[in-house]
Amino acid sequence: MKRLSVTLLAFVAMLMAPVASADDIGQVKVTSGAVHIQRGAERLPALVGTRVRVSDTVVTGDDGSVGITFTDNTLLSAGPRSTLVLEQYAFNSTTHDGKFNARLDRGSLAVVSGKIAKQAPDAMVIKTPSSLLGVRGTEFLVKVEGAE
Amino acid sequence: MTRAGLRHGAGSILLALLAACASKPPATVILLPGQDGTTGAVVVSDGESRTVLDTPYATARASGGQSIARRTASEQEVKKDFGTTLASLPPRPSKYTLYFLLGTDQFTDETQKQVRQVLVEVAERPAAEVVVIGHTDRVGTELRNDQLSLQRAQRVKTLLIPLGIPENRIVTAGRGEREPVVPTADNVDEAKNRRVEINVR
Repeated sequence: MKRLSVTLLAFVAMLMAPVASADDIGQVKVTSGAVHIQRGAERLPALVGTRVRVSDTVVTGDDGSVGITFTDNTLLSAGPRSTLVLEQYAFNSTTHDGKFNARLDRGSLAVVSGKIAKQAPDAMVIKTPSSLLGVRGTEFLVKVEGAE
Repeated sequence: MTRAGLRHGAGSILLALLAACASKPPATVILLPGQDGTTGAVVVSDGESRTVLDTPYATARASGGQSIARRTASEQEVKKDFGTTLASLPPRPSKYTLYFLLGTDQFTDETQKQVRQVLVEVAERPAAEVVVIGHTDRVGTELRNDQLSLQRAQRVKTLLIPLGIPENRIVTAGRGEREPVVPTADNVDEAKNRRVEINVR
């Protein structure tokens, strides 16, 4: 009986797992507190395993933080009171050519850049309200003042 | 914009732009030492000036209108201001290199050990994904090697599924001859370059 319920649970979990799509550019791996993803008019909860797409806006609340791994192995986390727009993303897994543009309107970021930035020094850009950051690699932090 | 606004011409537009610029919230960037022991670089620009951060904890603050201010941050400051953010970084992807018994799709003993480790990691990581990347040597054309490397990766995928890794958690890629372990001239038969890499992330 116990084995049956475990099997059943696994089956239900499989049914509930988000369907993979070619539009997916990354996955939420870490989440804490209030975090959601704004996709057009849709407001999606950011859960471990939630897949993100181009044009998604990642929003964290006063107690929220979130970590996302992208398909080029870029790791990115946003701290409390952040708004991050994933403006542009493309990655060719054969050539490693690509483009990664994100905009931090408020809050803070930690970034470990991946294969896109390694392939071409101008391929990854983070925008803030007052600056443009060209990423040559690999680990850095960004904070936009005024959110506190 | 009103007609009156238009009549003020370029001067007032420039003033308005400058005012908009000055009211933008400042942003601080801190370069961290890389975990692999090397430090990368970030180019910070604010439209007027630019500066390159390329040493550990090099920091730039752009505030719109004024020049970019530089300093070196302390580790304590990083912990205090970015502790929560850094704590949410996803785990680093791990990397395995698999080799095959000559001319077969049988894993070597060493590779079997690595595959067992992959299974452990898949169970432990949050929303684990397995990326299988094929590589070739430089025998044959680039196009052919792109196809061959992808086939190699897809074959490994079919070997991983029965071991318990869900199909929708595995992605494949073929890098062709672009990333040799041992760099060689074209058309050299080099066994070390015929391999499959697995990233678990």
